[in-house]
Amino acid sequence: MESSQLTSATATELIDLLEGETVSSVEITQAFIQRIQAVDQKVHAFLHLDEEDMIKQAKSSDERRSQGKSLTRLDGIPVGLKDVISAEGQPLTAASKILENYVSPYDATVTRKLKEAGAVIGGRLNLDEFAMGSSTENSAYGPTRNPWNLDCVPGGSSGGSSAAVAAREIPLSLGSDTGGSIRQPASLCGVVGMKPTYGMVSRYGLAAFASSLDQIGPFAQTVEDAALLLEIISGHDPLDSTSYPSHVPSYSRELKAPLEPCKLGLPQEFFGEGMDEEVRKSIDLVIEFYKSKGFEMVELSLPSTDLSIPVYYVIATAEASSNLARYDGIRYTSRSEKASNAIDVYAKSRGEGFGEEVKRRCILGAYALSSGYYDAYYLRAQKTRTLIRQDFDQAFEQVDAILTPTSPTPAFRFGEKSDNPISMYLSDIYTISTNLAGLPGISVPCGFSQSGLPIGMQLIGQALNESKLLSIAHVYDQEHNYGRKAPSL
Amino acid sequence: MKYEAVIGLEVHVQLDTKSKMFTRVGTGFGQPPNTLTNPVVLGLPGALPVMNLAAIEKSIKVGLLLGCKIAPICKWDRKNYFYPDMPKNYQISQFDQPICEGGEVEIEMPGESPAVMGSHRKVELTRIHLEEDVGKLTHYESDSLVDYNRAGCPLLEIVSEPDLFSPDEVFAYLTSLRNSLVSAEISDCDMEKGQLRCDANISVRPVGTEALGTKVEIKNLNTISGVRNGVEYEIKRQTKAMLEGETIIQETRRWNPDQKYTTPMRTKEMAHDYRYFPDPDLMPVKIDQQWIDRIKKELPEKPFDKQRRYQSEMRLPYSSTSALCGDRPLCEYFEKAAALTKVPAKVANWVVNDLLRELGQNNDHNDPSAETVTLDNCKISPQALAELICLIEDGTISNNVAKELFPEMFCSGKSAKELVASKGLEMKSDGDEIDSLCAEAIAKDPDAAEKFRGGKEGAINALKGAVMKATRGQANPKLVDETLRRLLSS
Repeated sequence: MESSQLTSATATELIDLLEGETVSSVEITQAFIQRIQAVDQKVHAFLHLDEEDMIKQAKSSDERRSQGKSLTRLDGIPVGLKDVISAEGQPLTAASKILENYVSPYDATVTRKLKEAGAVIGGRLNLDEFAMGSSTENSAYGPTRNPWNLDCVPGGSSGGSSAAVAAREIPLSLGSDTGGSIRQPASLCGVVGMKPTYGMVSRYGLAAFASSLDQIGPFAQTVEDAALLLEIISGHDPLDSTSYPSHVPSYSRELKAPLEPCKLGLPQEFFGEGMDEEVRKSIDLVIEFYKSKGFEMVELSLPSTDLSIPVYYVIATAEASSNLARYDGIRYTSRSEKASNAIDVYAKSRGEGFGEEVKRRCILGAYALSSGYYDAYYLRAQKTRTLIRQDFDQAFEQVDAILTPTSPTPAFRFGEKSDNPISMYLSDIYTISTNLAGLPGISVPCGFSQSGLPIGMQLIGQALNESKLLSIAHVYDQEHNYGRKAPSL
Repeated sequence: MKYEAVIGLEVHVQLDTKSKMFTRVGTGFGQPPNTLTNPVVLGLPGALPVMNLAAIEKSIKVGLLLGCKIAPICKWDRKNYFYPDMPKNYQISQFDQPICEGGEVEIEMPGESPAVMGSHRKVELTRIHLEEDVGKLTHYESDSLVDYNRAGCPLLEIVSEPDLFSPDEVFAYLTSLRNSLVSAEISDCDMEKGQLRCDANISVRPVGTEALGTKVEIKNLNTISGVRNGVEYEIKRQTKAMLEGETIIQETRRWNPDQKYTTPMRTKEMAHDYRYFPDPDLMPVKIDQQWIDRIKKELPEKPFDKQRRYQSEMRLPYSSTSALCGDRPLCEYFEKAAALTKVPAKVANWVVNDLLRELGQNNDHNDPSAETVTLDNCKISPQALAELICLIEDGTISNNVAKELFPEMFCSGKSAKELVASKGLEMKSDGDEIDSLCAEAIAKDPDAAEKFRGGKEGAINALKGAVMKATRGQANPKLVDETLRRLLSS
C-alpha cells in the first residue's frame, strides 16, 4: 500500500487495515515518519520526534498482534502529544526556553493510558508557550503554520496538534484546552477537536496553565476517531483530585446507535457583531442540515456571555501566576548565567526564560491575587463564573446541545493580531465560556472560506454527557466529512 | 514603671503519617537527602496533589482533643512565595478557613516542690490549620543545599491567643501540648528531629494596662530550652528598650541559640504578600458529624484528666501521677499491672521508680547499635510486675527481696515466682524459728536491748537488722518486729 494512502487514512481505517493484517504498525509508523520528514519543514508542528522509539513501539505492537494479544483497537496507531503532556524519557518544553533542557521522568496519566492501550506515542507537538495564546506565535521555538495556507496561523494554543493532524503527519493527537485551545485550532485547521467535561480526563502530568480550566482532549479527522481516542484517555484517576469518578462508556460504539433528533440551542449572544460573513453562512448551512434531519432549533440567551472574557483573564492568569512559579531557575529549569544572587536567579531566569505573553499573564494574575485587590478581581470573577454556569444550566433545561461557530473568523495571518493582545483574546470569544462552565465542547469542520480556509462549528453539550454530544456531532460529520479533506502541501 | 510580657505561640507539629500530605511518598527522619521524593514532592510540571485522609483525621483528632470547633469544610489555599525550600514556590496551606478554631490547652505551673501539684490554667487557642512542610536548607559560605525529604509532610500549625505571660508558662504550655499530642499518637513531637517547632509572638506592656504592645515575632526556637531562653531574652530586650524610652519596631527576629540573642530578620514593611487563593487542584473535603463522632470515640484520655483520676480514684500520690501521666504507654502498662493487684499506689511506685530506673540504666546511649530496651520489648510484663507485688502483699516475700529480684527479672525475663522458688526466697514466718533468732539477736546486742527498754525507739532497728542478716532478708519483718517487742518487754 502506498505510504500516502496510509497517512491520509483515518484512525478507524488504519485499525481496519491492521486488523485485516494488510499493513503492520511499523509500516504505518514509517509512513507517518516519512510524511513528517517531508512536510514538517513547512508546517513546523513538531518540536521533537523520536523516530527510533516510535518504531520500537510499533514493533512491539506488531508482535502483540501476531500473538493475538493486541491490547485495544488503538494498538499500533500513532498518537502525537502536545508538548505540555509528560511522557517518561521525553522532553517537555511547553514551547518555553525555560524548560529547554527538561526531560520528564514520568508519564502523564493520559500517556500511561495510551501506552496501556498499545498506541505508538509519537512526537512532541508545538504550542503557544505554556498554552498561552491562540496562534502558536508565542512558541519560543517558532510558530506552526496552517497547512491550508502557510502564511496563516494554525490557531492555538494546540496549533501543533491540530496542524499535524490536518497535514496528515499523525492520525491522532492530544491537545489541551483552557479557553478554546483545542477547539479553535481544530476549527482553523479543518479537523475535529474536542474538549471534554472538566474532570473527565485526568490532568496528572499536564503542565498546568490554569488548573480549574485545563482539560486534555483529542484531535482527529473525524468525530468517530475523536470518540475512539477520547474513550481511551477518559476516566477517573486517583492521582487527580479534580477527576470525575464516573463510568466511561464506549463512545465509539455508542456513535453507531441511531440518534433521535433533538433540540439545539442557538444563543443570540454568539451570533452578533464580529462574526465573519463566511462563517455565518457556513453555520446557517449547518442549521439547515440539522433541521432537515428533524432537529429543532431553539433561539435562547446566555446573558453573561460578554463577561466571559474578563472573567477568564482574571481566573486563568491568577492560577497561571501561581502554577508557573515553579519554573524558577533553581532545579530543572534553565538558570540565567547573569544571576549573581538568589533573587537574581528567580528574576533573571524567569525574565530570560519566559516569553512576553507568559510574563504579561503572570503579572496580571499576581496583581489580581494581591492583597487588597483579591476581592475586587479574583473573588468577583469566581462569582461571575457561577453566573455563567447558571446561564448554561438554564439553557440545558430547554435544549440538548448548543450550536455556535467555533471561531469568529477563519485562520488569520501571522502578525495580524500578535501586536494587539485584546484582539487576540477575542478570537476565543465563542469557546471560553465552555471552560468557565466546565462543559464539553467539540469543534467539527463545516466548510471552507472562498480563500480555501477551513471553518468550524462548535457544539456544546451537557456536563458528563459526551456521548450525546459526540452523537449529535457525528450526525453532521458522517455526511459531510470536511475533516477528511487534506491540504496540498 | 514595671512591664509584663504577653506571648502567643505558633507551634508547628509534624503529623505522624505513613505518607506525605499530598502524595504516596513515605515520611521519615534521617534518610539520605532527597530520597523521599517523587514528581509531586519536587513540583515537576504536571504533578498534582491528592489529599492524604490520615492527615485530616489526625487534625480533627487534635481539634477534638483540644476542644476546638471543627470546620464543616476543609479547604486548601495556596500561599505564594519564592524560596528554594518550596519546590512549587507555593505552599498548600489553609488561609481563611482553618480546620479547627478556638480550643484550649490546660497547663500546670511548677509546684512548691516536685511532690506538690502546681496551679492549673487553660490557655486559649486561636486556630489550628493544616499545611505541607517545606524542605530543609543548609547554608554554606558560597552556596546552599536543599533536602526535600521533609517537603510535603503534613504539618499542623497550632496558634495560641496572646495568653501566656512568662517563659515558665511558655514552657508549661509546650510541655502540656506535647504530652497531649504524643499520648494521642499525633506526633512524636521530637524537637531535635524538627517534629515540633515553635515561633513566639512577644510584646511587653506596663503592668496593669490592657492594650497589647508592639509585637515581635521570634523564629528559630528549635529546642525546649531555646524556647525558654529565647523568650526570656526577648522579654528582657523589649523591657529594657521600653525603660530607656525606645520604640519597639514590629518585626521578625531570629533567635541565635549559640550567642543567645535575637537579631532582626525582616520588618513589617518587608512582609510578604502571599497572594493566598483557593488551590484549584484540590477539592474541599466535607467533614460531617458522623466522621467527627467516630474520631471522638477513639480519643484517648487527656493527660491531666488521667492524672486527676489516678489521684482521686486510685489514691496515687501526686509525684507518681506527674511521672506517669505524660507517658501514655507507661500509663497503660501501669493500669494493666494495677488491675491485677489491690494496691495501685504501690504498683505506681514500682513503675515510676524501679521500672523507669531499669529502662534508663539499661540503655547505652553512646552505643547506637545496642538494642534499646523500651516498654515494648521490656522483659517484665505488667502481669509479671503484678505477680511480684502480689507476692509481697500476701507475705510470700519481703519488700527487700522483691527489690533485689526486680533487676534480675528485668534482665532475664524470669517470673518472680520462678526466682523465689529456685532460690528459696520465701519469707520466713515460722514463729518458733523467728523467736529463737530474735532471742539470739537480743543476747548478742544487750546494749541495743537496753537502750530500747530505756525508751529509745530507734534502737530496735539494730536488732531487726541482725535478724534480717541472719535470714538473708527473708524473715517476715512484721513478725520480727512483733517478736522483738514481745521479748524485750517481758
